[in-house]
Amino acid sequence: MRKTGAEIVWEMLRREGVEVVFGIPGGGIMHTYHPRRDYGIHHVLVRHEQSAAHAADGYARASGRVGVAIATSGPGATNLVTGIATAMMDSSPIVCITGQVGTPVLGTDAFQEADITGITLPITKHNFLVTEIDELAGTIRDAFEIARSGRPGPVLIDLPSDVQMAEAEFIAPVGPTTYAPRPAPTLDSNALDRATRLIDRAHRPVILAGRGVLLSRTGDELAAFAEKTDTPVAVTLLGKGAFSPSHRLFLGMMGMHGHPTANYAIQEADLLIALGMRFDDRVTGNPSAYAVQARKIHVDIDEAEIDKVIATDVALHGDLRSALAMIGSRVRTASHDAWIERIEEWRGNAARHDALHRVPAADLPAPHIIDEIYAATEGDAVIVTDVGQNQMWAAQYYATKSARAFLSSGGLGAMGFGLPAAIGAQIARPDDEVWAIVGDGGFQMSLHELATLVQERLPVRIALINNRCLGMVRQWQTMFYDRRYEATDLWNPDFVRLAGAYGIEAYRATDLDGARAGIAEARSVRGPVLIEFEVARDGELSDVYPMVPRGAALDEMIHRTPVAAAPVAGRLPWTGR
Amino acid sequence: MDRTLIATVADRPGVLNRVASLFRRRAFNIESLTVGHTERSGISRMTIVVDSRRTDAVKVAQNLRKLVDVLDVEDITERPSVLHDLALIKIRIRDLAARSEVLRIAESFQARLVDMCSRTAVIEIAGSEGKIDTMVEALRGHGILEMVRTGRVAMVRGVLERGTDPVSLFDAQNGGPEEGGSKWQR
Repeated sequence: MRKTGAEIVWEMLRREGVEVVFGIPGGGIMHTYHPRRDYGIHHVLVRHEQSAAHAADGYARASGRVGVAIATSGPGATNLVTGIATAMMDSSPIVCITGQVGTPVLGTDAFQEADITGITLPITKHNFLVTEIDELAGTIRDAFEIARSGRPGPVLIDLPSDVQMAEAEFIAPVGPTTYAPRPAPTLDSNALDRATRLIDRAHRPVILAGRGVLLSRTGDELAAFAEKTDTPVAVTLLGKGAFSPSHRLFLGMMGMHGHPTANYAIQEADLLIALGMRFDDRVTGNPSAYAVQARKIHVDIDEAEIDKVIATDVALHGDLRSALAMIGSRVRTASHDAWIERIEEWRGNAARHDALHRVPAADLPAPHIIDEIYAATEGDAVIVTDVGQNQMWAAQYYATKSARAFLSSGGLGAMGFGLPAAIGAQIARPDDEVWAIVGDGGFQMSLHELATLVQERLPVRIALINNRCLGMVRQWQTMFYDRRYEATDLWNPDFVRLAGAYGIEAYRATDLDGARAGIAEARSVRGPVLIEFEVARDGELSDVYPMVPRGAALDEMIHRTPVAAAPVAGRLPWTGR
Repeated sequence: MDRTLIATVADRPGVLNRVASLFRRRAFNIESLTVGHTERSGISRMTIVVDSRRTDAVKVAQNLRKLVDVLDVEDITERPSVLHDLALIKIRIRDLAARSEVLRIAESFQARLVDMCSRTAVIEIAGSEGKIDTMVEALRGHGILEMVRTGRVAMVRGVLERGTDPVSLFDAQNGGPEEGGSKWQR
């Protein structure tokens, strides 16, 4: 059967199981848009291409499937860049399809020409410029295979307009893809033996669980392994959901704004078992002072991550699921009572510093807001954050119970991620309650997507934490830059009226009772809704604590002033217990 | 200490750009990089030399393997290998005496005279980098007008195996080596 290049695109997307794509049409891609509705694939029209990439990324993270973004040539393609880089840093599988000028004028600086394969070379797992229609079907299939296999990542396909228009006999590709994923390496049995020995001899072990646990769907195996070896588990920001926060062995999030219990345990550990994580500098603090007493076992599917930042004693390059199964069957059942007791002690101390044990007077502290959202949703919402203080408060105070329920731009830290990624997440999971937790700075980098929310009738709940400044930068100015608030104070619009202009229900909360009422109201509305929480710009409850200062070791955390009395009974902060 | 890596790559558009971009992005210092066709169409081979005091060859290999177009990477430093560089050197010829002296030097290094004009000669030499360096020193007094060197190419001595697994896999997907290699080749 003869098909145009445009038809082949949709035919192949359908064969890959794609149900929805995010994009904006334009001169260089409109041939491809033309036959779309014949293929039954829904298109979400965003308001800026960066949001198309973020939404595809949010869709991928929330569903575990490949997300797809489409943009036109030139500015459409270059607008994708931040979203692609975000997906690359966080190993998110997306496929971006861009229009390109026709092959006869490629390289002549034609109207809306940009060398997008050149531009995205270092921020994609792989990219393609398709110049022959005969290669198109196979290339699309390869792109999906590359995006989701091994360590997932973004793939871009650049499609010149004459290839979109050309006709060819469509032959469905069969057999192995041209770009077969490298077979998962077989785990070195010698290394497995050494890892087993280290685990059996450890007295103070800690497991570090990263996004690799979620991507390899190894959460159950991790829980079994942790229980058998009585090993506490700390998670990375992107590893939230890898381990049950209510489990007695859960330490919380590690790193710069991590839970003190996790950071102190890492620093005193005699063995770290790192699973699918990459020792980001926000996780290690000063790497030369990082867990100096600990032997390190590192399991990762990406061998280039091994020994990149932290030298390991045992490296296991391969699939996490089989690695955990093999180590798990070899190690002895253990218990580490003294170690657990020490951890309980840290946990008690940490609670005394916790913001939730302060009863707010007139103002509305952000930790309390997140805690109220947690309580109202019983911890079952899909949380999508922006970047900055809002992200850290959400990470700290919304305990994540399951995989793919906490979405955040970790590696790149791209402000503006929250709203478009929440759009992708809500489309991936129409029956789940999706909350976008954003700050007033990042929200204004993508607030145009409010229109997309309305057009798609998506019931995303936006929690806008408004401190009228670029809060995280301001916090650093307070702590390390002599309180010179250079370019961090924001004039803001009336966000409630702004939402109203989009036809979105909106509420404003200025105290805890108002927050509770607003959250309850927002949950009763069907359709998008925004709550603006007015929070203080200054004061101990306005900054994110605890904090490891730049260049410091993890155990040199700065804490909030502790409360004198023992914490009141109730939910244990950060764990959902 | 130099380390020599051999990367077998699919001969697709932009593959050299991808490798070069990786080296730049990861701040790898490369002493030399050569690329050329192999005995099989659709497959090219890169010889990469890194100074291990400045750049970790293991990291280079690990990152190269992540590139989709890279089929295999091997560090052959510890294996008995032929490591050759090739140079073309243009020499000023002042008079007959100089000419015979240049020819004598070339002969003693088993280099070849590949061009001779009234005032210049071009000498081609292949061999270890040390041998070429020595000849360059010997010729320097005559006035070297131009020189170009290819950088190191390398081959392991005496092994009969044909291709490593990733390359065979590539062959299998592209109709085998006998049928003319990759559909991606142009």
